Amino acid sequence: MAEIKLESVAKTFGTFAAVKGVTFTVDHGSFFVILGPSGCGKTTTLRMIAGLELPTAGRILLDGEDVTARRASARDIAFVFQLFALYPHMNVRQNIGFPLRCQNYPRAEIGQSVEETARLLRIDHLLERRVGGLSGGDRQRVALGRAIVRRPKAFLMDEPLGALDSEFRRLMCGELRELHDRIDATTIYITHDQLEAMAMADRIAIMNQGGVEQIGTPQEIYDRPSSMFVADFIGAPPMSFIGVQAALQRGDRSIRIDGVAIEMPEVFEDRAEGKFALGVRPENVSFADASPLRGRVIGAEYLGTTQIVTVITASGQLKARLPSGKTVRIDESVGLALRPDRLSLFDAMSGRALPSALYAGGSRG
Amino acid sequence: MAEVALLEVSKSYGTVEAVRDLSLSIAHGEFVVLLGPTGAGKTTTLRLIAGLERPDRGNVLIQGRVVTDEVPAERDVAFVFQQYSLYPHLTVYDNLAFPLRSPARRMNENLVRRRVQQVAELLHIEHKLGNRATALSGGEMQRVAIGRALVREPAVYLMDEPLSSLDAKLRAELRLELKRIQRELGTTILYVTHDQIEAMTMADRIGVMSEGVLIQLGTPREIYERPNSAYVASRLGTPAINLIPAELLGADAVPPQVRTVGLRTEHIRISSVDRPGPLARVHWVEHLGDQNHVHLKLDTHSLVTLADPVQPLKAGDQVSLEFTEPLYFDQAGNRVAADAFRGHA
Repeated sequence: MAEIKLESVAKTFGTFAAVKGVTFTVDHGSFFVILGPSGCGKTTTLRMIAGLELPTAGRILLDGEDVTARRASARDIAFVFQLFALYPHMNVRQNIGFPLRCQNYPRAEIGQSVEETARLLRIDHLLERRVGGLSGGDRQRVALGRAIVRRPKAFLMDEPLGALDSEFRRLMCGELRELHDRIDATTIYITHDQLEAMAMADRIAIMNQGGVEQIGTPQEIYDRPSSMFVADFIGAPPMSFIGVQAALQRGDRSIRIDGVAIEMPEVFEDRAEGKFALGVRPENVSFADASPLRGRVIGAEYLGTTQIVTVITASGQLKARLPSGKTVRIDESVGLALRPDRLSLFDAMSGRALPSALYAGGSRG
Repeated sequence: MAEVALLEVSKSYGTVEAVRDLSLSIAHGEFVVLLGPTGAGKTTTLRLIAGLERPDRGNVLIQGRVVTDEVPAERDVAFVFQQYSLYPHLTVYDNLAFPLRSPARRMNENLVRRRVQQVAELLHIEHKLGNRATALSGGEMQRVAIGRALVREPAVYLMDEPLSSLDAKLRAELRLELKRIQRELGTTILYVTHDQIEAMTMADRIGVMSEGVLIQLGTPREIYERPNSAYVASRLGTPAINLIPAELLGADAVPPQVRTVGLRTEHIRISSVDRPGPLARVHWVEHLGDQNHVHLKLDTHSLVTLADPVQPLKAGDQVSLEFTEPLYFDQAGNRVAADAFRGHA
């Protein structure tokens, strides 16, 4: 268990700023996910925490101790790359015990640690088996076993499930999180898959172009995205945006779209006339015949319990998540109702969310 | 008349039966998706229709004509592969025009231009016609690859996971677009995928395949709501349907021949312990934004269900469960109709 703290950590390669002053704290025992598209700086950040890269600026603290200049081997952190890198000529016991043998632990101690680890992962019955004959899931567990056998202070994982097919990935998400809880570890996990992040994280940091866009619990980030980038990155399908030209005043509770007043959370800032984007999540859009906000249905995607209906309005495309029992006809003109208390408003130029009653509010509901 | 029909077609490679006694007919203007894991026989089926493979038994018909002995070029089909194979030295325009300029077709250049223009507009790539194929994004390249099939007007388009090499966002966009184009042009498509979302969202009918056999064929709704087996039930739905041993629900709760009960996540209701029903413990709560997935332990079995984010649940909580619309399966995994139960009760 450990607390990991980054203070204004930056890294440049030549003239390219890969990471631009990142600050966050990962609490003891928490599961922290860094989420972002490729090239956003998440792997570089993780490598600096591991000690595989030296920051150009800033400090990294492990349990309050400055480890910025310390080598990887002196940090007591386990780095898990894409899993599955097992030694095929060794059996399960030898694979798991390998890191301890490298550090010349006494035999008896290695034996005990390996057995304990195997029990934790529920693969103790497989210890004498060769890894070649194991199922995909068991191989993954052996690889994890090798990472946790040293009982490091923290785990750093770089897209460990990236190579797996989607169903198996879902299963391993659950197992990884469960393992984290069982061994009371501190984990930093990086991924570009928002579903993985939402499913596992206590807190998520979303990175974009070397900087952190937002840090929060999965629900906070989903409900109150701080930028259009975040709103678009999280959710499947992501948030829809409707373009609006308007001037805003503190206390406004509605905005005009296509001449129709749309109710929204109270705005806390004055804004001169400009371009804005009203953000709405698919589950907060419904059909209402009487509504003056009109659109034309251009697609309906059946998903079992629900369907995603795409509607085009004069100001942009909207996606609505509706019960699958609802009959929807392509090209049909429909009225749209947006759930007022769940709308975000963004400055279309900067992409930042405007402060409003939604963003000031505490927990959901 | 069916646009494409397979009549009891079988194909083996050595001792492996890739496709077994497959019969399938695709109507004009229909979008049929074959869904199944790797090795289910989906791609072999496409290749048999295209004429890239010859069946060991059975016949392939296109527009009522037996084509089993015809070579691919005679069959009037267009194939779109997973990897977009564009000519990198040609422009988008020339890539699209390529199939029309084949010596066998000898189409007049004016006609070629009109056709390429039409297809480019349909795919929203008309502003890219002068670009080199290599100067495109992944999504644009795949559109051109699909476009190259669309410039021709074959009886049927055969598509083998055409979107699987794209990232999730682009895939979602092209899914919608491909469906729109198919609807607008009234084309017939046989599409192969292992992605259940693609199957559910685009297909008029889905054929679920496993180990060379077509297990069930029906509309997405039929397949989702009335699967004929536990296997089919587990292919559709995220999270996957919960399959639990019948004895967990008690002996009189299910018809006698039932061994497994299938519960979709939306058919499990969570209420407080004082309500009647099986008791379970909350294992962990997964936040997905619009909803939560609640992982439960019922005895030693894991269940996943949906809950509104406002429902206050946390790991360790004891809850009572109510099951609506359970699906029953027998020893062999075949579906047992629920009315059998009403008679029994």
